[in-house]
Amino acid sequence: MTDDEFTAYQALADETDDHRWAFGTGFTDPLEGIDTSVPDGINAAALAAYCLMLGDDALVHSHRLQQWMTRLPELEEETAVANIALDLLGQARMLLARAGRAEGAALAQGAGLDAGAVLAQGGGRSEDQLAFFRPEHEFRNVRLAEHADTDFAQLAGRLLIFSTWRLALFSQLSGSADPVLAAIAAKGAKELAYHRDYAAQWVIRLGDGTELSHGRMQAALGTLWPLVDELFRTHAVVTDLPGVAADPAGLRAEFDDVLAAVLAAAALDLPDTPPLAQVAGKSGRDGVHTEALGYVLAELQSVARADPDATW
Amino acid sequence: MVTAMTADVPAARQIAEAVADPELPMLTLADLGILRDVTSENGHIVVTITPTYSGCPALREIARDLEYRLTQAGFAGAAVRTQIAPAWSSDWITPEGRRKLQAAGIAPPRPVTNGSAAQDPAARGPVPLNLTTAPRGRVPCPQCGSPDTVETAAFGATACKALLRCHTCHEPFEYVKEF
Repeated sequence: MTDDEFTAYQALADETDDHRWAFGTGFTDPLEGIDTSVPDGINAAALAAYCLMLGDDALVHSHRLQQWMTRLPELEEETAVANIALDLLGQARMLLARAGRAEGAALAQGAGLDAGAVLAQGGGRSEDQLAFFRPEHEFRNVRLAEHADTDFAQLAGRLLIFSTWRLALFSQLSGSADPVLAAIAAKGAKELAYHRDYAAQWVIRLGDGTELSHGRMQAALGTLWPLVDELFRTHAVVTDLPGVAADPAGLRAEFDDVLAAVLAAAALDLPDTPPLAQVAGKSGRDGVHTEALGYVLAELQSVARADPDATW
Repeated sequence: MVTAMTADVPAARQIAEAVADPELPMLTLADLGILRDVTSENGHIVVTITPTYSGCPALREIARDLEYRLTQAGFAGAAVRTQIAPAWSSDWITPEGRRKLQAAGIAPPRPVTNGSAAQDPAARGPVPLNLTTAPRGRVPCPQCGSPDTVETAAFGATACKALLRCHTCHEPFEYVKEF
């Protein structure tokens, strides 16, 4: 092979190792080369739990969007939704990797060990271990992320709610005292601005469209609205991370302003369906989910669990 | 202990800068603005790159391409690192990169501060939304130069591109989004 013949495309067919582009095993750590030590004064266990929450939101929502592939109304929506799902998967990978490193640091803190030594011994799980080998009750995503959309109006409405909330959250987190979380959030915020824009345009097009599309869009919002309240509930982990985490309760005003602007342009009414009840005071952030998550994880995890050591 | 091992950083930089991006192969890493640094550590070259988007699937191939070309040029043990802060901006695409995009029929991005969807997160407050279905401002057609164009899809074949169509020459074209 000459120098000029070496291209990224050729690497797709490269038989010299098990690495492939964009599929299969051999992915590198998305935080490789980045200083992931946990700054002094930050509760590493709480940071791990918090990054897991934000990573699970993105992982599960991304998977729900991926399930729409080949079923969307037009090719343009296929590419858009695929790109949005890919952005969220990228955010999930970095956040799960961050959670794993912080978990290792927490184990070291607890045992009075050097963090590097603990990580070298496998303390702190990898992104794959976190994504593929946790049971349902260990997932910490909000229940909105696992909802199964039954039509395109629900996809658009759910993406509008999710991306508006997450953009407000990431805008604040870009000033986090954890530099890794701050960097992930600053990068993700730019992506989420495009996601929100895409979702808002569809909500307006459907809401201000025909009688049928208006009715479907209004019904979708009514179905989704019970899942909104949970997004703004302050979890105990957030209070353990002053200056690091963002209190979601403080994001409600921005969320309400954006939703009001979009719904007004879309000639839609703000739904008044009551919040989905918690279970004994617990919901998604505590690992208490709706039935929908089990189906997501069955699809996401079954191959990895059938043969945990497989490479391809 | 004093070691005098220093690699030829300018020569390595020249090689790294010339590596092509796999998804926009008319651009080099330098043109695209994702090459952040080339340094020497303990006699080995370290190249730092940054992803355009969080989920960029090409980053690993770019790293392998860099390692291969540097090793071929005699820089044994060259390493590639990722950096995510500051986040990549389409403003980092060089004037030469913009010229190459244009020549390939892809409209280059406008400045990020130009009323785009992806504003600087630090500058974003409660959002005065520009949420209409009207285009975000006219992107001139890279084929005929006409300003009479319309966005057909906000997301294209790769994360960094949108799809547009020209009403004058009727040709569809791609546009690298401001980001």
